[in-house]
Formats: sequence, C-alpha cells, structure tokens
Amino acid sequence: MSTRLSARLGRLLNLVPYFLAHPGISAAEAARDLGVTPKQVMDDLNLLWVCGLPGYGPGDLIDLSFSEDSIVVTFTAGIDRPLRLTSTEATALLVALRSLQEMPGVVDPSAAQSAIAKIEAAAGTAAVPTGEHPGSGPEAPGEDGDDPVAGRVRAAVREHRAVHLTYYSASRDTVSERVVDPIRIVIIDEHAYLQAWCRSAEGVRLFRFDRIDAATVLDEPARPPHRALAEDEHLELFEGDPSLPAARLHIAPAYTWVLDYYPLTDVRVLPDGSCEALMRYASPDWLARLLVGLGAGVRVLDPPQLATAVRERARAALAAYAALDADPGVGPGTSPS
Amino acid sequence: MAISKVERLVNLVIALLSTRQFVTAEKIRASVAGYADCASDEAFSRMFERDKNELRDLGVPLETGRPSRTSTVEGYRINRDAYELPEIDLTPEETAAVAVAAALWESPELASAAQGALLKLRAAGVRVDTDGSGVVAPLPPRARGSEPALTALLAAIDARRAVRFTHRSSPTDPWTQRTVEPWGVVTVHGRWYLVGHDRDRDAVRTFRLSRIGDDVEAFGPEGAVQIPQDVDLRARVLAATSPREPAGSARVWVAEGRAWELRRLGTVVAEKVVAGRVGAVLEVPVRTWEWIARIVAGQGADALVLAPPELRGEVERILTAVADPQPVWAGDAVDTTGEGRR
Repeated sequence: MSTRLSARLGRLLNLVPYFLAHPGISAAEAARDLGVTPKQVMDDLNLLWVCGLPGYGPGDLIDLSFSEDSIVVTFTAGIDRPLRLTSTEATALLVALRSLQEMPGVVDPSAAQSAIAKIEAAAGTAAVPTGEHPGSGPEAPGEDGDDPVAGRVRAAVREHRAVHLTYYSASRDTVSERVVDPIRIVIIDEHAYLQAWCRSAEGVRLFRFDRIDAATVLDEPARPPHRALAEDEHLELFEGDPSLPAARLHIAPAYTWVLDYYPLTDVRVLPDGSCEALMRYASPDWLARLLVGLGAGVRVLDPPQLATAVRERARAALAAYAALDADPGVGPGTSPS
Repeated sequence: MAISKVERLVNLVIALLSTRQFVTAEKIRASVAGYADCASDEAFSRMFERDKNELRDLGVPLETGRPSRTSTVEGYRINRDAYELPEIDLTPEETAAVAVAAALWESPELASAAQGALLKLRAAGVRVDTDGSGVVAPLPPRARGSEPALTALLAAIDARRAVRFTHRSSPTDPWTQRTVEPWGVVTVHGRWYLVGHDRDRDAVRTFRLSRIGDDVEAFGPEGAVQIPQDVDLRARVLAATSPREPAGSARVWVAEGRAWELRRLGTVVAEKVVAGRVGAVLEVPVRTWEWIARIVAGQGADALVLAPPELRGEVERILTAVADPQPVWAGDAVDTTGEGRR
C-alpha cells in the first residue's frame, strides 16, 4: 500500500473541514499550514471539486469557490469535521507534551497539562496511557510548578522585548546581572535555553532556564543585531569545538554514568569496565571543580597541569578543614549577634 | 478519463458517511463513482477489499452489518461519531505548547504522526502557529535515546504487545537481551524511561531509553499485554531512580564572593571567619547527600561543611582520594557505593 496515497487521502479528507474553519484563506497560507506547496493545495482542490455524494449532480458535489487568493467551501457533502486522531498521532503529541512538562522553561507547564487533557479527551479511545496515571491533574505540573521567572522570559521572547536577567554562570561559578535581547528558545539535550544577544558580552549567548534566577521584562524592544539572528552555530554547546582544550580522563566502572551527563567523546572501554574519554572544556576552573567533586571515580590522565590543579584544589580544601578545626571560631549553630 | 484511486476513496468515504443504513458492496459498486470501470466481479472484490483496508489504515471507522432483517449479505457504513474529531478548543498557551511538542520529533514516523495530528487540529479550527515568535529549534536530545527504538516501543504499547530488545545498564556494560511487557514511556527530569513487566525477572522494571538498543522487536499477539489500570508510571521511575535516603539540610561555610553554586541553593544564616577568611554560613537543603558532597568537595577551600559530621566525613574522603591519588592501574579501587550517585 502506498503511504503517499494514504497521506494524500488523509489530507484530502481533512482539507474540506480545514477550509470550512478558515474561510477565505489563500492557497499560500494554507500550503504553509499544511506543509505542502501551493500547487499541491490547488491540485487537491481540483480533485475535491469533482467528488461528492452518489448521484454526482450539481447539488451533490463538494462546492468550493477558489482562486489562489481566497478559498471558500460552500457545500461539504457531509465532511464537516476532520478525522479523529489515530493512536499514533495522539501518542506523538501526548508523549512530547509530557516531556515538555518536565522541562522547565519552554512552555507553560499548566498549559501543557490542560492541552494533554483536551487532546486525550478528543482522541477518545485512541489515546495510549503512556503517561503518569490517567488524568494526573494535580501532581504533574505541581512538582516543578509554574515557574514565574520562566514565564517572564517566555513573555519577553513572545513580545520581542529586552529582558534583564540575574544569571548563574556555571563555568565561572558566579551570578551576574545583564540585559539581553531575546532571539528564541531552544532545546538542547535535556535542557531548555534562552538564546539571546547579551549586551554586556556583545555576543549571542545561551542561558539555561534553570540557571536564570530572576528576570524582568523591560519596556524597550528586543533588538538583536541582524548578524546574530542568522547564525545557527551558537546552538552547538562547546562539546564539538576542536579549538577548545581537551582533557583525557579515566572513569571508574561505577562512575560511567558521567558519560550521560557531560560532553565526553572518544570513549574507549577497558577490559575492567572502566573507560577513557575525552572532554573538551571552556573553563579550566569549572572542570577542576567537577573533577574534585567526582573524587576517586574520575582521574585526569592529561594534561598534567589539570591533574595538578585538581590535586592542589583538594589539598587546599583539606588544609582549610585542618585550619577550621584548629580555630573553630563562632560555632555553626550560633546565630549572628 | 478514469477516476483515480484517491478520488474513488474520497467518494467512498462521502457515500458511507452519508448513510445510516448499511450499504452492500453491490450497491456501492453501482453507485459510488470510480467502481464502474471494473471489468469483472473478481476485479471489483479485489479493489473493494484494498479500499476497505486503506480506509481502516487511515483510522476510518468502517462498520459492517445487515442492511435489513431479510438480507443475507453484509453491508457497510461509517460511524460518524467515531469518525469525527470532537470539538476541541485550545487556549493560545495550550496551542503554543502543542506546536512545540509537534516540533520535538526528528524521525519520519513520529514527525509525520505529529504533523498529521496538527493538520486535524487545524481542520478543527485550532490556530496552531508553528512559525510565530519565539520559535523553538530542537536539536537531537542525547537523553531521549534513539527515536526508532521509541517509535517501536510506542507502537508495541499501543498494540499491547510484548517486546524484545538489547539493553545495557551503563554505557560500558555488555548488551543483554531483555523481554518486557511494555506499559508506558515517561520522562522524569528530562530523561526518558520505559516502564514494564520484565518477563525474565518476573518483576516491574524501569529502563532508560538511551540504554536500549535500536533493535526493539514486538512479538506475540496483539492485546497480550495487560497494563495495570492504576499504575503510576512516573512514581515507579522516581522510586527506581531516586536514592532512598532521607533528605535534610546541611550547614556549609562559603568564602566571601565565592561558591555561588552553593549560595544560590541555600540561605545565609550567619557570618563567619575561617582561618582569616571572611565568609558566610549557609543553610543548604539537601536532596541527596552524595550530590551535595560532590558539590561542596568541588568547591575546594571555598566551601567547608560545618554540619552534619557524616557529610563532612564524606567530603573529606572525596578530597583525600583526589589529593593523594592511587595510580589508576593499581587494582580495583572502585567505590561500589557510587552506584546511586546520579
């Protein structure tokens, strides 16, 4: 069976109610909505025009008035509504919506939740219980909640307005204030980011939603420079950038989960289940912080300066604990005077 | 000019939607435009069989029944209530969420299913704007695992069929064969999981999708898998992935102007000078002790645990291992308790 024919049949059956719901729409607009060319829309209309009820007389055929500029359906021959969603169609939307609910930033989680409920209801029996338990109203959006900061960032993107951010930079381990011109929201791996022109850095930057501590939408319009809008390369995080320094790491078997969380490449599995891998990094300080925290699980093989930095960082911390014990000062439980 | 197949099928849908009576194949042949050209009864039967399958594949609810009490042959009609998408009214926020959701898929199967769903919603009058302001351009998510595997799993869940696939619990483990009755796919903290009944282990199991191979194969009859009615898949995943230790809070000293990673997690409860360095005491809520130990240790001399002593012990253990490392090849110095550190 030809899937092309079946795709076209599906489109044809839904086209009549589509034009009924959008009276006077142009072929170009419809084509954009439907993901086909204007010529295909006109071909479809030419075909529908000769279909109708048995008898196929003047009052039986689908009646349309159409030109490239305006399409109006005057008789539907009974195809008034689109087909129900198939279970695959419903599942494709529902699974994606549920994953968005889990991801702070991109969409309003309560809107995703109510859209899920409405689509489930409209899909009827076709919907598959791929989510949490049926009608999982209260707990699903409740856990992460409707983050007001993310809501303000979304509003700034939607309304094309500049926004003032309080942002935690993991690479520098600092929180800073800056004004940015939003470009759009992007999803990379499991995180949502605001892509924006940063006025202080004078460049396009990605701001991870869960690191935006505060946001104030400003009264001025967003004006990212034109060159910033055209470029897609800013979407690559640093993992693929060969101009950055790389560290070669040895990862113990119990720590191979780090492969899921950090941009490691060139992974070589060793017979004992441990592995060696390469990690590119933009900030030596960030990497040293990560590696000290991972303790015995991950060792630096190369470069030696990084291995030294990691070791010295740990030694300095142990020395600080010794100093703390020597001079405990004001006890931790005491409140400030 | 001969009537094309697609035109004939549109006419068939219109004819069968317009009747409440069941219509026999013979009458369809005589009245629906496109069947008149059939040279023989046999050619018509073959054509009509194919057409019925075509409609069913599209999800058209074709019903069969007797046209009248006395008739001996079956007739056909389309159940209008089951055919039509019910009224659906989405707010602009809901529509925006749907547009983003539909754009998340990359594989042809799921992307075209999502586009098909959007077309139907648009045909129902929902204004879905996929290229308006604030466009989301998703890139392939590492966390999702392979879409072909996901597509196969969703199809199997839909058909209530069992699946076989290869799986490994860590990226360096060898692959093993698993046989699972799939219940559902859920995302938790941005990661994708399959939940189902593992036949080999005779227990409910949770599988990270990124740990499942591309070779997902459904087998056995449709409807063979019973999905428990009241199962909370998300709670299952949380139970399987979250450490069971109780959370609490920690007191941590942080040097002035440093350790923002910790500062934004906690609240300052006191000022404190340690070995001549000015700093603040933070009260930090703890989700898991291993996680907070990693963060505090990573900060080096800029963050020191004041309480509880167990956390300080763990941080010092991490620091000692780094400050005075054993050679990598010196046997298996692996910390097996690291299993749950994620």
